[in-house]
Amino acid sequence: MYNEIKSTFSAKIENVMLARTIGIAFLVELDLTLNFVNEVKTVISEAITNAIVHGCLSNENKVVQLNMSYDDVNIYIEVIDKGVGIADIEKAREPLFSTKVDEERAGLGFTIMEVFTDKLEVRSRVGDGTKVIMVKKYHGENN
Amino acid sequence: MAIHIQMAIRKNRLFVRLNGELDQAVTEKLKVRISELIDKYEIRYVIFNFENLHFMDSSGIGFIIGRYSQIKKRHGRIVICSMNQLIERIFNLSGLKKICLVAKTEDEAEKMVEVA
Ligand SMILES: Nc1ncnc2c1ncn2[C@@H]1O[C@H](COP(=O)(O)OP(=O)(O)OP(=O)(O)O)[C@@H](O)[C@H]1O
Ligand SMILES: [Mg+2]
Repeated sequence: MYNEIKSTFSAKIENVMLARTIGIAFLVELDLTLNFVNEVKTVISEAITNAIVHGCLSNENKVVQLNMSYDDVNIYIEVIDKGVGIADIEKAREPLFSTKVDEERAGLGFTIMEVFTDKLEVRSRVGDGTKVIMVKKYHGENN
Repeated sequence: MAIHIQMAIRKNRLFVRLNGELDQAVTEKLKVRISELIDKYEIRYVIFNFENLHFMDSSGIGFIIGRYSQIKKRHGRIVICSMNQLIERIFNLSGLKKICLVAKTEDEAEKMVEVA
């Protein structure tokens, strides 16, 4: 079994909700529990918000991408921006680390992505942009 | 917007009832409105009723921490009531427990700040 979806959004913060909605609609076929679906919804929200707010600095002329797929075992979520990039990825992934604390950011986005998925990979280069890849197992999960 | 907001002020208490999803798009707008109210009415206790909140991400957590910083100088407290299980998971994970009181209902929340 295989299925995939690729979507591109203007980097407007209003589109985060749209991305979440599209993301979970794509998974309807899989018959997942409410709790599992909510975890997917949350990690999409975190990654897309980061791509828009940090990557694209909310510049509506830029775009962010949400690509999703699944096979018999896993769900794959990819969020891509061609924004500013991350200088120190390791630091960025630390709980409570944020470059925007003064704007009321908790610094928990990456932590939530990490806890709610089975694998989180962050590829980034300053000036080029960021790609976040998440893998979440659904087959045989008792959730 | 993805949310419907109802607010009420009684004495030095601000009640915020949220119906919908609390994300960055919402907190950006809500932040200005609520922080003005808190300062104008010298609010000490902010009671968030999450009975009809269906989704919250880290933007919501940052927003709550922001309100806590605002009322901390008046030795105020944040109370969150009627969380559903999904919201409670994010809440527990975020460490908000350390700075917020939790109540089952809005009545219970109000009683908590009466004795506080
Ligand atoms: N797509 C991105 N492009 C550029 N920088 C990013 C991107 N995603 C994350 N970052 C950087 O990594 C830091 C940590 O991200 P994380 O999501 O954990 O916290 P936050 O977004 O700052 O706060 P929160 O998610 O709790 O609102 C950010 O402050 C930002 O500096
Ligand atoms: Mg974030």
